[in-house]
Amino acid sequence: MNQIPNASIAVKAVNVTKSFGQTQVLRGVDLEVRKGEVFCLLGPSGGGKSTLLRCINHLETPDDGVIWVDGAIVGYELRGGVLHELPPRVARAQQRKIGMVFQHFNLFPHKTALENVMEGPLVVLKQGKDEAQTKALARLEQVGLAEQAHHYPSQLSGGQKQRVAIARALAMEPELMLFDEPTSALDPELVGEVLSVMKDLAASGTTMIVVTHEVGFARAVADCVGIMVEGTMREFGDPETVFSNPSDPRVQAFLAAVIEQDF
Amino acid sequence: MSPHADLRVELAQLTNRTYQVRKLSHPGRWAAGIIVAILVILLVAAFAQGQIDWPVVAEFLTTATIMKGIVNTLLISALSMILGLVLGVVFAMMKQSPNPVNKAVAEGYIWVFRGTPVMLQLLIWFNIALVFPTIGIPGVLSWRTIDVVTPFVAAVLALGINEGAYMTEVVRAGLLSVDKGQSEAAATLGMSPAQTFRRIVLPQTLRVIIPPIGNSAIGMLKTSSLATAISARELLNATQQIYFVNGQVIELLMVAGIWYLAATTVLSVIQYFIERHFGRGFDGQQAARKVEPLEAEGK
Repeated sequence: MNQIPNASIAVKAVNVTKSFGQTQVLRGVDLEVRKGEVFCLLGPSGGGKSTLLRCINHLETPDDGVIWVDGAIVGYELRGGVLHELPPRVARAQQRKIGMVFQHFNLFPHKTALENVMEGPLVVLKQGKDEAQTKALARLEQVGLAEQAHHYPSQLSGGQKQRVAIARALAMEPELMLFDEPTSALDPELVGEVLSVMKDLAASGTTMIVVTHEVGFARAVADCVGIMVEGTMREFGDPETVFSNPSDPRVQAFLAAVIEQDF
Repeated sequence: MSPHADLRVELAQLTNRTYQVRKLSHPGRWAAGIIVAILVILLVAAFAQGQIDWPVVAEFLTTATIMKGIVNTLLISALSMILGLVLGVVFAMMKQSPNPVNKAVAEGYIWVFRGTPVMLQLLIWFNIALVFPTIGIPGVLSWRTIDVVTPFVAAVLALGINEGAYMTEVVRAGLLSVDKGQSEAAATLGMSPAQTFRRIVLPQTLRVIIPPIGNSAIGMLKTSSLATAISARELLNATQQIYFVNGQVIELLMVAGIWYLAATTVLSVIQYFIERHFGRGFDGQQAARKVEPLEAEGK
């Protein structure tokens, strides 16, 4: 990269490009998120929001461009001007510093809430069972689910599942939290409890990138919002400016539709 | 005419809040039940009076030769099943592999061993010494094949490798049934592919594939009787050894039947408990029971 990002930047993406077969999903996306900042990514579905998020966490590999997270390029090493793919072990060490919350929770159904939260610390961080359990219970407490520690996911509501998933990601003590439409699969009355956990998390200074359709949440919590349409970042800036004065006609149409729905 | 004409009730007639209800009687069911019961009684009576010397059955039920046959039947079945499962997991993963060579080899394996009769495979393994008179590492170690591939070993190899071809498809179906999001969630925690497979994917796969594996195990127990054709000393072979001498053919076949039935019954019970174990998190009842230790854990 030509300029070295300064110390306050947590994530920087430059020209991220990704195609699936013939479909170009990301067409050279740039992004900059500061440490401790909450960045909300909005836009019509199919715009590439989730794909960008998955590239940041190395679940997908960009065809072109780089993603820089907290001091290193995701999935690659820059040597002599060439990006060398990282061996899996090193890539995994990067991945575990980035927490991810999925739209469909992806909790491990054969493990209790507590075991879900303990899994990473136990297996990856090699914590002792007692230490992992104590910390996991504290994480569940943090998302208000200490009571449900021994419930299996099938015994939890959607909102509770998503809170367990957040606790599971937090248990790895990530430097960055990614949320991929965390409330889109929830019944309307359960959205609030998840958003409230995320608000607490934002207030505690965690760097967060949130793909969401919740304009209200973005307005209230985000330090910065971006709106992606057809694989490009059409709007980027503080929420007030972006929501009240969008310049792009596609963004205007999108916001008109979601805000009308949202009031 | 419409039946509704007869079923008409004026609202004014509905005076009660509760009514006595009279259900249909089912005379057909009763008649069918009685006929079937009579047929069964006749069948049992026929066998009881038929030319089967039941005391002889009782006498040979627990003789040493038979007991040894049972042990060998159980051993051959268990070892073949384990071999089949291991091969099934390995080839299922090869078939899922992005490597085209692995994929082709797995498909070739299924094609050959599922496409030929297991009896033929038994006979080939039994006669493998005709192809390779000696086996070992050339110049270092060497054994006569006939000493290594005994009928017992030939039976395990033939049945196990044959079973593996079917198990590959069973395991693959199980692997496909686990949502991709599970591996992704494990990846975001930094788990390695091996850890993800063993701790996340495999337990969920087992839940799905235990019922077909149970069926296969029961099938294997019975199929192992084919090994009598290559004179492996299993249960059916043991009964034959005896009736070739004493001529009590049916009595000894009954002995074998009783033991096979007993063994498959035990297997069904074991299957039930294994299924219950791997159903945790999916079976509401069992999970609810597991919630209790919450208080106990307050230490």
